[in-house]
Amino acid sequence: MGLNRTPLFASHQKLGAKLIDFGGWEMPVQYTSIVEEHFAVRHAAGIFDISHMGEVTVSGAGAADFLNHALTNDLRKLASGQGQYTLMCNGHGGVIDDLYVYRLSDEVYLLIINASRIEADVTWLQAQASKFLRQSELQLANVSDHYAAVAVQGPRVKEFVDQCVMGRSNCAIRVDRVSDLKKNQIAGFPFRGGDVLVSRTGYTGEDGFELIGRDDSIRQVWNAMLGAGQPYGLKPCGLGARDTLRTEVCYPLYGHELDENTTPIEAGLGFFVAFDKGEFIGRALLAEQKAKGVSKKLVAFKMVGKSAPPRPHYPIWVNGTKAGEVTSGTQSPSLGIGIGMGYVPPEWAKPDTRIEIEIRGKRSPALVVPKPIYRKA
Amino acid sequence: MSNVPSDLKYTKSHEWIRVSGDTATVGITDHAQHELTDIVFVELPEIGKKFKGGDGCAVVESVKTASDIYSPVSGEILETNKSIVDNPALVNTEPYAGGWFFKIKLSNRAELDALLPPEKYQAQISG
Repeated sequence: MGLNRTPLFASHQKLGAKLIDFGGWEMPVQYTSIVEEHFAVRHAAGIFDISHMGEVTVSGAGAADFLNHALTNDLRKLASGQGQYTLMCNGHGGVIDDLYVYRLSDEVYLLIINASRIEADVTWLQAQASKFLRQSELQLANVSDHYAAVAVQGPRVKEFVDQCVMGRSNCAIRVDRVSDLKKNQIAGFPFRGGDVLVSRTGYTGEDGFELIGRDDSIRQVWNAMLGAGQPYGLKPCGLGARDTLRTEVCYPLYGHELDENTTPIEAGLGFFVAFDKGEFIGRALLAEQKAKGVSKKLVAFKMVGKSAPPRPHYPIWVNGTKAGEVTSGTQSPSLGIGIGMGYVPPEWAKPDTRIEIEIRGKRSPALVVPKPIYRKA
Repeated sequence: MSNVPSDLKYTKSHEWIRVSGDTATVGITDHAQHELTDIVFVELPEIGKKFKGGDGCAVVESVKTASDIYSPVSGEILETNKSIVDNPALVNTEPYAGGWFFKIKLSNRAELDALLPPEKYQAQISG
């Protein structure tokens, strides 16, 4: 197909995965069934290949200031071994990417960025770095090609993860075992002659870990997890389940809820914009939006009654007028109804507002609901 | 290994048809349901509506995609299967039995000759 393949491609083939083109990568959309894989993560455990994602290291005495200027969240909050969700905006407050930034040590930061945005992000960061006054105190490296990664997600993961990556950490923060990591913490662990970075993070709304390492280490992590996790119900899971899981908890996906013409304020992510930290790229326009209001607002919605599932780009109607578009939509396995997110004018963004989703020319009723759409009991 | 019953005829677009006199029952094949997996919604045609062979007349939605279902033959819709509207998963579990879509009154029996016999459909999905 001429597509990129991750180091785990052979494993996907061996497991009989259905493969698709995901942004130029040949990735598994499902192994058995999207619904089955979705429920594995909600009730037990699932493992995802996320090697296509990008990694950038930013280091030096100037790294913290540089990143705090380029990213919206407050980097100063991070101690060694901590990470935070954040956004990178252009001068108009439009989102270039949403990402995680981890502080690995005093002067070393790791960015985990979307696969589809690696080139855009690196180009942008390099351009900003060339304007940075303390250039000798800043090093930027795109190490995406050097690292593979997996995500292991679900309520039972903590019961077997320590059997796979054993022992205490050797980098970033001291913990006796992987399962001692708290949410958003990251540490390095020795693993079969190499090292892996493990963070307690994820994109599913469940507890879980993301592991980053060299190709060969991650191949061994994948196999070790499948072995250790099987008695606990661990299943390999594809991008199909990844999408239903994150949509249920209203996590944005770049290219859908976020793009360069959409701000974090419009997307409802103001919590991750630290206006009080000083100057950062996009601050002026975002502050203006916060004060004066936005022209579009992201809402979550549920279909009312039986209907076909809502899907990206389906029109949203409010009060008899076409007012916006669905950005993400699916049939929710956990809730058994159609759910989604989309942009509407702000006056229609309150929960309990009745809207309509146009599906194949017919308008079906839906209801704006608070985020997240799915919550654990 | 997909199930391809020998008493049915098939289309290239993975519908099956069971003829009984001048009416026929239509559904989607085991191969089709297996490709779609997790069917979550079915949109059936209206009773009384007339279609030409090859017209899109129904929609089946899985978690990931919506797929058009095409009428194998020309005719008028006599009956639709409410069970699969209430329980779309029936299409996955019983594609040739409880998962049928609609019954149609044939307006041109000659069209049946153009449909695929089981061996030809089997060859198509194995190739």
